[in-house]
Amino acid sequence: MKRVITTLALAAAAVFAASVASAQTLNTVKSRGMLNCGANGSLGGFGLPDAQGNWTGLDVDFCRALASAIFGDPTKVKFVALTAKDRFTALQSGDVDVLARNTTWTSSRDTSLGLNFTGVNYYDGQGFLVRKALKVNSALELSDAAVCVQQGTTTELNLSDYFRANKMKLKTVTFATADEAIKAYDSGRCDAFTTDASGLYAERLRLAKSDDHIVLPEIISKEPLGPSVRHGDDQWFDIVKWVHFAMIISEELGVTQANVDEALKSTTNPDVKRLLGTEGNYGEQLGLTKDWGYRIIKHVGNYGEIFEKNVGQGSPLKIQRGLNALWTKGGLQYAPPIR
Amino acid sequence: MSIATQDDLNVPDARYVRVAPVEALPPPVAARGVVGWVRANLFSSPANIFLTLLTAALIIWIVPPVIEFVFTHAVWSGSDREACLPTADRPEVGACWAFVRDRFSYFIYGSYPIPERWRVNIFFAMLAVGIVWMLRLEAPRRDLGALYFFVIVPIVSYILLTGWEAIGLRRVDTSLWGGVLVTIVVSWVGIVFSLPIGILLALGRRSTMPAVKLLSVIFIEFVRGVPLITVLFMASVMLPLFVPDAYSPDKLLRALIGIAMFASAYMAEVVRAGLQAMPKGQYEGAMAVGLGYWQMMYLIILPQALKITIPNIVNTYIGLFKDTTLVVIVGIFDFLHTVEVSRIDPKWAAPTTSATGYVFAAIFYFIFCFSMSRYAKSVEARLGKADRR
Repeated sequence: MKRVITTLALAAAAVFAASVASAQTLNTVKSRGMLNCGANGSLGGFGLPDAQGNWTGLDVDFCRALASAIFGDPTKVKFVALTAKDRFTALQSGDVDVLARNTTWTSSRDTSLGLNFTGVNYYDGQGFLVRKALKVNSALELSDAAVCVQQGTTTELNLSDYFRANKMKLKTVTFATADEAIKAYDSGRCDAFTTDASGLYAERLRLAKSDDHIVLPEIISKEPLGPSVRHGDDQWFDIVKWVHFAMIISEELGVTQANVDEALKSTTNPDVKRLLGTEGNYGEQLGLTKDWGYRIIKHVGNYGEIFEKNVGQGSPLKIQRGLNALWTKGGLQYAPPIR
Repeated sequence: MSIATQDDLNVPDARYVRVAPVEALPPPVAARGVVGWVRANLFSSPANIFLTLLTAALIIWIVPPVIEFVFTHAVWSGSDREACLPTADRPEVGACWAFVRDRFSYFIYGSYPIPERWRVNIFFAMLAVGIVWMLRLEAPRRDLGALYFFVIVPIVSYILLTGWEAIGLRRVDTSLWGGVLVTIVVSWVGIVFSLPIGILLALGRRSTMPAVKLLSVIFIEFVRGVPLITVLFMASVMLPLFVPDAYSPDKLLRALIGIAMFASAYMAEVVRAGLQAMPKGQYEGAMAVGLGYWQMMYLIILPQALKITIPNIVNTYIGLFKDTTLVVIVGIFDFLHTVEVSRIDPKWAAPTTSATGYVFAAIFYFIFCFSMSRYAKSVEARLGKADRR
């Protein structure tokens, strides 16, 4: 029954999506005075309320940056906690203006689900957690090892694909929930635990002795996570896309939340001037104000800052930049220029 | 004539006439006191002996570890996960109460803005006064209490919690509400609305008017025929598709309406069971003394029917109170969900954090459900006096 309803909802959503999306999202958001952001309410580092009830996380900060660019006020966001199941329906029905909920960019979602992914704000992928005592330095040495995995997930499929492709013997121990799987790993029933790398860092903290475990360097699947918007509103698509690019460009140029005011006054670098809006009218071309880039960095910070604060060295997760480093530092984060 | 004594009759001393009853001996040691109780209740038959030993084994197996976890090995203070991690001189870590302390205000208020939280406190206080006023039989002016509980508290708390700029109360969007606040609001609305609507639906279903009967049956069967999750899901996801953004009701309100509808349908069937248990003579008697339909229901039938359905009504309430946890699927942070997201917080990630959160949630739900059932028991005892004569 639930599935029937869900299917109906999605079908209805697809029909209505066109009419909802053709409305100018930017105008709707401005007249509402509030950005509705679909987020994950229960993923540490990406979207989670803290002890004071304030939302925190990488995706959450992305929405705050978007709100800053539009309103000049990072608090004008209403976060809507979405589950994996209802996130697309919520976007299509217009319940949220943007979906920033660690969503993997895939072809079918980009096409038949009617989504437009605006970029990748976190390159994730499936990895392995093992005990240091196992003295394994690469996933390729895991042949014959027992691997704990959550049942019925793409994780499980990726795992068997990877082992088959590398001609290794696989022994999986499957569990209905990630909680059970990590418990079993901790109690020694498996030699390795596998899930998305970002999850591995979070799960590692729950182990009795987290320092005795390491995340192996191999990433065996592509999980590019990014914000998305509905089909049919190119202006809004552009805005969301460029908010992400602006944060990457400002990291590249070394403009941070702390020095942005100084940079605004004294910089001679034309790239910085274009980013902060003292040269050209690039913000107005987007339908925003001239100083849109300044607002983002002033209120939220550049990409590197929000990364380190939420998932990197400034957080308990301590995730390495890895693929998420700038292209100049061996990573994949790259943005087209503002000009 | 006086009773003859031994001297009067002059009989040999060997004759023995008892003049006072023998003092009763206490029952044998094996049948009295602790030993007797134990024999009678715990070891009266082989099956009982087996069950007793089994229970004792279970208690020995379960209770000490629980006490160890909850008290002796527990961590009571600390500021982050470091406090709750096992160390060399403390290999066994029990409950991480420091985590509950740190997150306590979040469990109560959710994301409600901190400077405005006094408003939630006033709401809790008003509700507590109303509940005590309504439930204590010796309280004065309970008619005023009903007015207070069903009219004044809802209006004032609505203004208080959502805010009213005109009198200087900042607007607080319901998406910021959370924790115990949401659990209480949702279950309170469900409880307050489900009984009257349920009674009306039950009467409607037994009505002889075809239209009323048909509508009641359709409502009850339709709402009962779908899972609560579906009702909530439809209310929160489907509604915005058909209603323009500006007219679409608030997310929490949608969930409240869904829950109230759902609880009413179940309540209707509970009340109908009570109505059907009434002997026909009660109806005929009421009609014979010239009462109209509503008088008959209000004075004769419903007081008796509701009395016999109290266990079921309370059962529905307790079920409803726990069903409120399902609002999480439409993204509302009820109490259980605040515990759930807190245990995921990397700041507190430690081996026992999750278990601690769940223990805390279990204690919370137990206190509420158990007090509901105890109160219902006392009401039953009071109303049932007539039957026991």
